[in-house]
Amino acid sequence: MAFTLDRRAFLAGAAAAALPCAPAIAAAPPVRIGLMTVKTGPLAQGGIQMEQGFTLFLKHRNSTLAGREVELIVADTGGNPAGAKTKAQELIERDKVDFIVGPLAAFELLAITNYVEQHKVPMLSLAAADDMTQRKPNAFFVRASATSSQCTHPLGDYAAKEMKLKRVATISEDFAFGYEQIGGFQQVFEDSGGRIVMKLWPPLNTADFTPFISQFAGIDGVMNGFAGSNPIKFNQQYAELGAKAKWPILGGWTAYDDALLKSFGDDAVGAISAAWYSSEIDTPSNKRFVADILKEYGNIPGGYAAGLYINGMCIEAALKKTGGKTEDRQALIAALRAVSLTDTPRGPFHFDHLGNVVGTVFIRRLERKNGKLVNTIIKTYPNVSQFWTYDEKEYLAKPVYSRDYPPLKS
Amino acid sequence: MSRPAAVAAALLVLASVPLWVGNSYYVNIASQILIYAVFALALNVLVGYAGLVSLGHAGLFGIGSYALAWLLADGWGHLPAALAALLLILGASAVFAVLSLRATGIGFLMITLALGQILWGLAYRWISLTGGDNGINVNSRPAPFGVALDGATPFYYFTLILFLAAVGSMAVFVASPFGASLKGTRDQPRRMTALGYNVWLIRFLAFLFSGFWSGVAGLLFCYYNEFVSPNVLALGSSAEVLLMVISGGTGTLLGPIAGAALVVIMKNVASAYIERWNLVLGAIFVAIVIFMPEGLVPGSVRLWRWLWTGMRRAPARGGAR
Repeated sequence: MAFTLDRRAFLAGAAAAALPCAPAIAAAPPVRIGLMTVKTGPLAQGGIQMEQGFTLFLKHRNSTLAGREVELIVADTGGNPAGAKTKAQELIERDKVDFIVGPLAAFELLAITNYVEQHKVPMLSLAAADDMTQRKPNAFFVRASATSSQCTHPLGDYAAKEMKLKRVATISEDFAFGYEQIGGFQQVFEDSGGRIVMKLWPPLNTADFTPFISQFAGIDGVMNGFAGSNPIKFNQQYAELGAKAKWPILGGWTAYDDALLKSFGDDAVGAISAAWYSSEIDTPSNKRFVADILKEYGNIPGGYAAGLYINGMCIEAALKKTGGKTEDRQALIAALRAVSLTDTPRGPFHFDHLGNVVGTVFIRRLERKNGKLVNTIIKTYPNVSQFWTYDEKEYLAKPVYSRDYPPLKS
Repeated sequence: MSRPAAVAAALLVLASVPLWVGNSYYVNIASQILIYAVFALALNVLVGYAGLVSLGHAGLFGIGSYALAWLLADGWGHLPAALAALLLILGASAVFAVLSLRATGIGFLMITLALGQILWGLAYRWISLTGGDNGINVNSRPAPFGVALDGATPFYYFTLILFLAAVGSMAVFVASPFGASLKGTRDQPRRMTALGYNVWLIRFLAFLFSGFWSGVAGLLFCYYNEFVSPNVLALGSSAEVLLMVISGGTGTLLGPIAGAALVVIMKNVASAYIERWNLVLGAIFVAIVIFMPEGLVPGSVRLWRWLWTGMRRAPARGGAR
């Protein structure tokens, strides 16, 4: 160790060399933030947007939060659980970070949650696994984005009450994020008088959705929970097969994320989606955020970039509350969970006692305006909790939404 | 350097790792290398000594991980859970072997690939048993003889002991008459049959041996990560360990260990500094294939001998003049 030049020693040395006249500043160690993202493999697109969002936030704050300099360490997990564990060890044991931001995918988060909690490092992640803030909570975790089902609960309400849909088929990738999104939709939609008649689960790497789309019959709408690049393929085939003309299409936030708009064609126009963030939100900080992401990276930001920007704002607010101190981890996580902000890219939000966000969910319609595709906000559901309008105890007594829960009514 | 001296030096280096690498993060990386080395050594029994290339070994590795995680979650103690998991691995290996040893060569590869994918599919879809995509968390590590393995250093030594046991058993295996007969079935299966050897049985037993150590590596991996998910059973894991064996040198004891070290270090340590680390890893593999087609360890030995004899020959020629 004595002779190895790690990044920490290098930074300290560089800082000391660069600031010979300001020893007071060089002596105060920076706040160290570890960003766990995915820069290689199939999840890389979202991972790179995450990094863009956080980098822009630090740029806006001149890399200084609550008077303390910030050092960002970016780790690429490769999008797999074992990689996430190793990178978490690297960030916590070697780099001694004060906060972990990320990881991206639920299975990565679940692989490191116990480890991070044992080491008492506050973690802010976009990964949506419901149980992270429900049946298996982590005392050092906050989620400023949403659980998988948090946006599809209000979408179920909207589909039944405003769109007056009665019989809906669902389609989503065959993994936990899909199950939880569809489960949430089904729960609220059926409690509001609708009926799910068919649930289809194409494998993650399905190239052709035609055999699935051709199974739809006897319905008046389709709900999809696709993520990644699948929404592009799916919407194209859904329109080509003439299904779009027959049944309106609904989707979760990843299915019609604003970052995908540049890849969609007219196939997707008319889609109704529910999201916790929209680039159309009219707040000063969102306007500045969207304009600067466009300027720096040339694309409209979606949930991945916005989520990380908002995570940065949460860290800043928590550090202001502790006076920039990070040593007392209990005080730090308490400050983080007490964060309540109003002017953020997603609008006002706060956290519940399990560390999950309570905030606005937007219902959007995808439209072509002045030649450009936009997700126009058509309804807002303020203060949506992860439990929707259900009682928390009763909600938690039920199993987590899965492939078979809630079951189809015969 | 004589062989016993080299072994003693290697043991000394391995045993003192936690003292000189400094940070517990690097101790954990060393543990990972040893776990993957055990896995690669196990696969090497089939690939290197039996000439049977398997693309389904992550299935056996994963059965070990899942069985342990599931039994622990069900409330079993560490020792009974680990023993039951090992028995299950032997059973699964036997099934794997019976099904796949109907063929050799590409046929064997395809059958093992299919079996591995079936297990991956089960782990992914049998959600009530495996937790599906979300996996299973293991909440504690064992404490054999009262030594808690929670820290990085005790766990490293625990892994090291099992690693040495694996290397020792492999060395004995390779040098034994059984090892020789296995190599015979690789090189001349028809002659072996003609000589009265039961080629199928020899391969079957070698498969069990390989499956057993793959499972042990799976148990270690489960305890190391304290988490299992279908990712451990994926085709990518099977291919990765095969790459370790081939890049390090098939049919050697040190090759798979070197291959494991190469891949783990590139994947975990170098990736912190090089964004396109998999490009670099790919380039290294290509270089190995071009310059040392027999693998890193035998290739280095060949280069070293070539240099050594070259150096000795030069003055000898001068003296003759």
